[in-house]
Amino acid sequence: MSTQSPHIEALIKKEYQHGFVTDIKTDTVPPGLDEDTIRFISAKKQEPEWLLEWRLKSYRHWLGMQEPDWAHVKHKPIDYQAISYYSAPKSKDDGPKSLDEVDPKLVETYNKLGIPLQEQMMLAGVAVDAVFDSVSVATTFKAKLAEAGVIFCSFSEAVREHPQLIKQYLGSVVPTTDNYFAALNSAVFTDGSFCYIPKDTRCPMELSTYFRINAANTGQFERTLIIAEQGSYVSYLEGCTAPMRDENQLHAAVVELIALDNAEIKYSTVQNWYPGDENGVGGIYNFVTKRGDCRGVNSKISWTQIETGSAITWKYPSCILRGDNSVGEFYSVAVTNNYQQADTGTKMIHLGKNTRSTIVSKAISAGHAQNTYRGLVKIAKSADNARNYTRCDSLLMGDQCGAHTFPYIETKNASAQIEHEATTSKIGEDQLFYCKQRGISEEDAINMIVNGFCKVVFKELPMEFAVEAQKLLNISLEGAVG
Amino acid sequence: MSQSAIEHYTSEFDRLQSGYTAWLNPQRQIAIETLQQTGFPNLRQENWKYTNIGPITKRKFITAGANFNGLTPAQLDGVRFSETDCHELVFDNGNYSASLSTLHELPEGVIIQSLSEALTDNRTVIEPYLNRYAKSDEDGFVALNTAFLESGAFIFIPDNVCIEEPVHLLFLANKQPQAFVAHQRNLLVLGKNARVTVIESYVGFDEAEYFTNTITEITLASGAALEHYKLQQESQRGYHIGKLYAHQQRDSRVESYSFSLGGALVRNDIQIDLAEHGAGVSLNGLYIASGRQHIDNHTRVNHTKPHTSSEEYYHGVLDGSARGVFNGKVIVHKQAQKTDAHQSNKNLLLSDNAEVDTKPELEIYADDVKCSHGATVGQLDKTMLLYLRSRAIDEETAKSLLIFAFVEEIIKRIKFMPIRKRMEAIVVGKLPDANLIREFMQ
Repeated sequence: MSTQSPHIEALIKKEYQHGFVTDIKTDTVPPGLDEDTIRFISAKKQEPEWLLEWRLKSYRHWLGMQEPDWAHVKHKPIDYQAISYYSAPKSKDDGPKSLDEVDPKLVETYNKLGIPLQEQMMLAGVAVDAVFDSVSVATTFKAKLAEAGVIFCSFSEAVREHPQLIKQYLGSVVPTTDNYFAALNSAVFTDGSFCYIPKDTRCPMELSTYFRINAANTGQFERTLIIAEQGSYVSYLEGCTAPMRDENQLHAAVVELIALDNAEIKYSTVQNWYPGDENGVGGIYNFVTKRGDCRGVNSKISWTQIETGSAITWKYPSCILRGDNSVGEFYSVAVTNNYQQADTGTKMIHLGKNTRSTIVSKAISAGHAQNTYRGLVKIAKSADNARNYTRCDSLLMGDQCGAHTFPYIETKNASAQIEHEATTSKIGEDQLFYCKQRGISEEDAINMIVNGFCKVVFKELPMEFAVEAQKLLNISLEGAVG
Repeated sequence: MSQSAIEHYTSEFDRLQSGYTAWLNPQRQIAIETLQQTGFPNLRQENWKYTNIGPITKRKFITAGANFNGLTPAQLDGVRFSETDCHELVFDNGNYSASLSTLHELPEGVIIQSLSEALTDNRTVIEPYLNRYAKSDEDGFVALNTAFLESGAFIFIPDNVCIEEPVHLLFLANKQPQAFVAHQRNLLVLGKNARVTVIESYVGFDEAEYFTNTITEITLASGAALEHYKLQQESQRGYHIGKLYAHQQRDSRVESYSFSLGGALVRNDIQIDLAEHGAGVSLNGLYIASGRQHIDNHTRVNHTKPHTSSEEYYHGVLDGSARGVFNGKVIVHKQAQKTDAHQSNKNLLLSDNAEVDTKPELEIYADDVKCSHGATVGQLDKTMLLYLRSRAIDEETAKSLLIFAFVEEIIKRIKFMPIRKRMEAIVVGKLPDANLIREFMQ
């Protein structure tokens, strides 16, 4: 983030000042989930009747579902009645007054990442009164996007302003009945982002920079919907390299991407939520449903993810390759340290002819962590000449951690060509020796080797984030090797 | 459907139990109760996700009895390896036939006999090993097998003894008035540094309709070595559920070869426990299916101690509307440092209606390991085809040659020559232009 322009920093400021406008006392519901809670959320959001019905339908379906237990993770049962499903942002007055009051470990991490002081305060939730002329910046951004015809706004705003688009596409990729957490999200989601790229438009900016500020507080049940019309292109980055403190333990987001003819969506994620302490106490449960639908011919959806945070990560960004000649990509680096658990991977569902998919997954496991790749490559009977390449590598650091690979390959078409390769090993003693012999410290040597291991994924990230992601990786693995 | 099958087998159990060896009755009783509770596996269970056993549970197979039509000498000769002197135990439609079996002179202490005899003669030898690794609560078929445990083979090789002639177990079936089930249990016990080659042949003739439910339990003491071949050529209406469990002690070695060529619905499970230092296993497999055949191979290798190694090579060729399933699981437990595990599964799809579902799995809890797996699904290499075509070999023959080359990668790993020759002959016989290929091979 040190590479950012003053404009962006200014914008960060703006978000903090104006982000929390709603009245706190009336906006929080007591913990518990029933139809009234959902009606309350819907009413708060001033949603149309059909959306409330949609939520209620999801909720009723959810009631009949069982929490899945097939993932290779262990956690205490979640009490869904103990969660408050709608709470406004915390009051500024409750937050720390200055960085001195913030957990010094957190500040240390910020400094290592090279995050500017102002932004540090924003991330740590410190009340800051410094004034920047930010309105104009935001307006410039908005004007630029509006000029291109791109709609980019919060989900609730989209429900009000563009109900026809929401009605047409919401739940069309991830149906409300898809899985336990998607159903729960459909019932209680509070906000999220909406993005619409019109026909033959190349989104004039990486939505990453904008988003980083815009979505600072979307709550634990987030909903994202991105629609790329024919011939359009958008690059979108979610998350932030800086660690985020968050009181909500369960996060169950849903992300839906729709790419029509010749459209391309590039979706990058950097996830660094609180992973719990060294003894595995606390930390976020991140149970996310992400799916992209290559609906049109020659469309392309590319997922890139850097997962370093959360106590438990459980997600499979997927591509449905429906259109002929469509392309799906999945690049992932998942790092687990201490007692973190990650069960992540992708699904590539080939339906159209000449569809191609690439999966590159790099897992690094240290401490007592468990890291699992779980993937599905499915070639339907209709998918002539489908092609898939999968590579999963795991790096183990320390003798208490685990790395697992569970790839499912299902082929119903003889013209398909599928390759899957996986390796698991620890850092080569000879490589370490080579570096140390040349005067490179062990820690630096390991960082170099790990970064080399992940390079193929990092190069898929927008540039500035690639730099940060590398730093983040080094921090996440600090002390992993003795 | 499962419920009516359970009722059917319960009534068979009540009908037959009094005729079985008495001292095992308590274990059989527990097994049938386990079956009643857990039932047969279904598609919702991860291990049976791709294999629907409906065709087995919907048929009322009666338990194999003595009043069946016997085998003809010609049928028997076709399965024997006449060029080598093998110890042979023949199971004629599920029943051990002493008259058809051949046992040569054996070194002192070696026991090769039918399990039903051994249950009476050698109870003290058997008791510690029987049902040690096949647990009834694993799934309904293990429970079913244990409930009807009586028939099968027992092989005991004492310390420091090597049996040179292979032991050939022939499980043969021909057409009977009624569809039947044969529950077989084989028990192999190898003492320290013992060495033996065991061949299990499952062959069905004349479109016979039957169900083979077989379990082989193997214990290897330190330094023991086993070559194990399973040749599965059940009839096109035969159903086969086969499980193999091997428990390996220090520096013992298992080489397993599993060939699945026949059967309408086939499931092979192999579970290997590398329980002590230096134990190693090599798993080789080949499945060739066409028509509406369904062949499922599951392997599971447990590396529980350091310095253990495993390698696995499975190839599949699917034609017609056949379906192949492969699941290879390698588990490296916490203390199992310096594990070396490699696995490869390659599949060739020859028809648009064929299907393959493969899932190579690695579950690793130790860091100082070298593990890898690979899986591929594809067709014949177009550049190779072009190479052959440009040398004036017609397309059909070129394809046959390439398929043969693909299969040969596994066949050439076979150490026992008579089996290698037979496998080559069978594979070539399945290909178009068989005669031309034979010419090329010479």
